Amino acid sequence: MNAQFDLQKEFAEYVRQAYARQQQLHIQGGNSKTFYGRRVSGETLSLRDYSGIINYEPSELVITARAGTPLHIIEATLSEHGQMLGFEPPAYGPTATLGGIIACGLSGPRRPYSGAARDFVLGITLINGKGELLRFGGQVMKNVAGYDVSRLMCGAQGTLGILLDITLKVVPIPAYEETRVLEADETQMQTLLSDLGRRPLPLSATVLDENLLYIRLSGARAGVDAAARVIGGDLLAKPQGDRYWQQIREQEHKFFNRARETDTNLWRLSLAPATKAIPDQLISNQLIEWSGALRWVYSHNDDEALRQWTQQQNGHAIRLNFADASDRTFHPLAPALHALSQRIKNSFDPAGILNPGRLYADL
Amino acid sequence: MSASKSPNLREHRLGRLYPLLLEQLPKDAIITATEELHAYECDAFTTMRQLPLLTVLPDSIEQVQHVMRCCHTLDIPVVARGAGTGLTAGSMPVENGVLLGMSKFDQIHEIDPHNRTALIGPGVRNQAVTDAAAPYNLYFAPDPSSQLACSVGGNVAENAGGVHCLKYGLTVHNILELEIITIEGERITLGSAALDAAGYDLTAIMTGSEGLLGIVVAIRVKLLPKPASARVLLAAFATIEEAGTAIADIIGAGLIPAGLEMIDQTGIRAIEELMHAGYPVDAAAVIICELDGSEAEVEDELASVISILKRLNASDIQVSTNAEESRRIWAARKAAFPALARLAPDNYIMDGTIPRRALAEVWTRINELAEEYDLPVVNVFHAGDGNMHPSILFDSSDEDQHQRAFELGTRILELCVQVGGTISGEHGIGLEKINQMCLQFSSHELSQFHALKAAFDERNLLNPGKQIPTLARCAEFNAMHVHHGEMPFPHLERF
Ligand SMILES: Cc1cc2nc3c(=O)[nH]c(=O)nc-3n(C[C@H](O)[C@H](O)[C@H](O)COP(=O)(O)OP(=O)(O)OC[C@H]3O[C@@H](n4cnc5c(N)ncnc54)[C@H](O)[C@@H]3O)c2cc1C
Repeated sequence: MNAQFDLQKEFAEYVRQAYARQQQLHIQGGNSKTFYGRRVSGETLSLRDYSGIINYEPSELVITARAGTPLHIIEATLSEHGQMLGFEPPAYGPTATLGGIIACGLSGPRRPYSGAARDFVLGITLINGKGELLRFGGQVMKNVAGYDVSRLMCGAQGTLGILLDITLKVVPIPAYEETRVLEADETQMQTLLSDLGRRPLPLSATVLDENLLYIRLSGARAGVDAAARVIGGDLLAKPQGDRYWQQIREQEHKFFNRARETDTNLWRLSLAPATKAIPDQLISNQLIEWSGALRWVYSHNDDEALRQWTQQQNGHAIRLNFADASDRTFHPLAPALHALSQRIKNSFDPAGILNPGRLYADL
Repeated sequence: MSASKSPNLREHRLGRLYPLLLEQLPKDAIITATEELHAYECDAFTTMRQLPLLTVLPDSIEQVQHVMRCCHTLDIPVVARGAGTGLTAGSMPVENGVLLGMSKFDQIHEIDPHNRTALIGPGVRNQAVTDAAAPYNLYFAPDPSSQLACSVGGNVAENAGGVHCLKYGLTVHNILELEIITIEGERITLGSAALDAAGYDLTAIMTGSEGLLGIVVAIRVKLLPKPASARVLLAAFATIEEAGTAIADIIGAGLIPAGLEMIDQTGIRAIEELMHAGYPVDAAAVIICELDGSEAEVEDELASVISILKRLNASDIQVSTNAEESRRIWAARKAAFPALARLAPDNYIMDGTIPRRALAEVWTRINELAEEYDLPVVNVFHAGDGNMHPSILFDSSDEDQHQRAFELGTRILELCVQVGGTISGEHGIGLEKINQMCLQFSSHELSQFHALKAAFDERNLLNPGKQIPTLARCAEFNAMHVHHGEMPFPHLERF
């Protein structure tokens, strides 16, 4: 405990000196997500030794852990008590840390039905770019004292602060889960899921994979059974079902082989779920999650056209390459929003030393 | 500075601003007559009042942009106002500043049943969204007790919650996209129609920012399907401890009720007198628990909850058998505020939120403090998420009582922070709790808040003086607020 507390102070002191020297820092957790953004240069600041669960009270549905805690430790501890992270984050490797997950703001198949990483963040202790140790939010479910800085840290990828202690709301593991498989094309999927979406059914994941629609249901047995009767289709046995969703969650399903094995760019399009089909001339292949709100695609290498189309639909496109960080990972921001984002960055990190350029060239 | 001491500044500003505003706003959208301005001098926290320089009621985004540009050019502060139901003097005008009323932005632009979203103006009433979505079997989840009156713009600005946010989240969990106008009059879209957006999560930072960062002019909210079945259960307890334990045990058993509320005896009696809902008036506390889902699911969970309640000696367990009975139980709960208003001329309602495990302990401690300060405190609150609403009953015309009520309030909030909680769960800070912010945040943290605000509003013109205290203010407050010769919480690390 004390050693870890000293470590907090040491980190803060280290950043204070870096601030004084204008030394850029490359913040690292498990180093499993380098590909998820732009390359950062600077002195490496590793959080890996800043690890461990600080407080976990199952009856409060709250866990607080240090940023360097491996994700698998958190998940194993929660599951011992019948609980889990409600946003089902992808780990992208065994070294993944809690800090990395939250900094990247990653959420998995369950996201549209139970919430994103940011929805579960209750509080964060961080160090800003001046080396000040700051605490925002807390351990309680509702907290509106001051601006919601902890949620702002989700997806900021360390460019606004070095995350130290993270408090999350956790949820009970559903009593029962079942996967149904139906034949459907994209139009049929949209019609069906739009209809199901207006009914209170316990959906917890969907994938359209070629012409098969996978629907996971989670909750009390009675509720799942009732929903299964409405949806029909075939039951996918539990072990296969679990393996299937694990592959989707980690982007290890065969659809992603091309990106994993051949250095091809993979696009992640985030759209309103009922957005029409992506024009054929823009993409060669797709896998659709989140009832239509998340579309993994391979493009015909016309990046501009794909981004433009996505933007016209009021969505955004992330370009990933599992082999390496790439310069144009994230969707360009509108000029006024970009300028505002720079001012925000500057308010946390006036010398621009925290993961500089991780999100955009100047952010 | 009071208005009377600065008549010149007032005349000077009016003289310059009024003609500028008229360039793009009709005369009837600008209110300057004192008798009409009184309608805007306070929100529902009526013990703080201030007349604005003038009130503008724009009806288009372009007009809002124009107002902002005028105020920015002339360095005049602007305070946004939704429906004025806030409980923290958040939309109370600042002296010689403009009050920007958003009531004319009351259009629902679109209900999109396929994407389950609604695009609305910030002046739309909370309940109106749910009403408009009803034909599609959808609704807007945040349901503050003030939902008949409060605006969704105000909900966003306060990150409002309600009795169902235990399961369905606060406002921040139920909005996707915001359009804002900055103090420079610039129009910026935050978030997107999708489930996430590029760049920083600025919808999160705007939600709960109390009108200090920008003016919200359009909101895309999420809509949820109505549950197939919902049953409401009411149970009475002879002691507060047992009621508090029941709350913790229900959540600890892995159940997430749609709502989980608790009311103490004075609250029960006040509500019963006004609403005649059949609440057991002899109980020390009642809890209200709503379970929703498929019919079979609800039956299962009801059985689990009832067995927990019985184990803790609950009596008088009533379960609603139809929608009308459920509505009656909730309507009574939501009428708590007017019910308490009948007990005393003034009601100072606190909003501290604590870890559930501390409920019984804090409640007992609050009752001791109430005795110490010789003022009645009534508790009607969102127990499931630890959001206490102790209401201090007093008479503000009695200066001594008024003073005691505020001191007692501070002690209660201090207690909430001590047990690991926060001074506000859903009502916000405004001006009402500005001093108590000093109990929760260090000077570095406050400075970071100010720096973040400056990124949006460099000259501090948007709702200045609210929500985030200056360091000087905290130094003064902390110096006065010393107990037994000690600084507050000497044992806590202050960074
Ligand atoms: C009887 C009663 C019961 C209540 N119950 C609850 C409850 O259960 N849960 C809960 O959370 N709250 C509750 N409240 C408090 C209040 O209703 C909420 O805070 C509500 O969200 C305020 O909305 P409003 O439109 O009245 O905002 P206002 O009071 O007008 O303003 C509140 C704040 O929002 C800002 N603001 C308003 N509109 C905009 C805009 N368009 N852009 C930027 N800033 C804006 C204002 O500047 C101010 O800071 C209750 C209040 C009353 C009187």
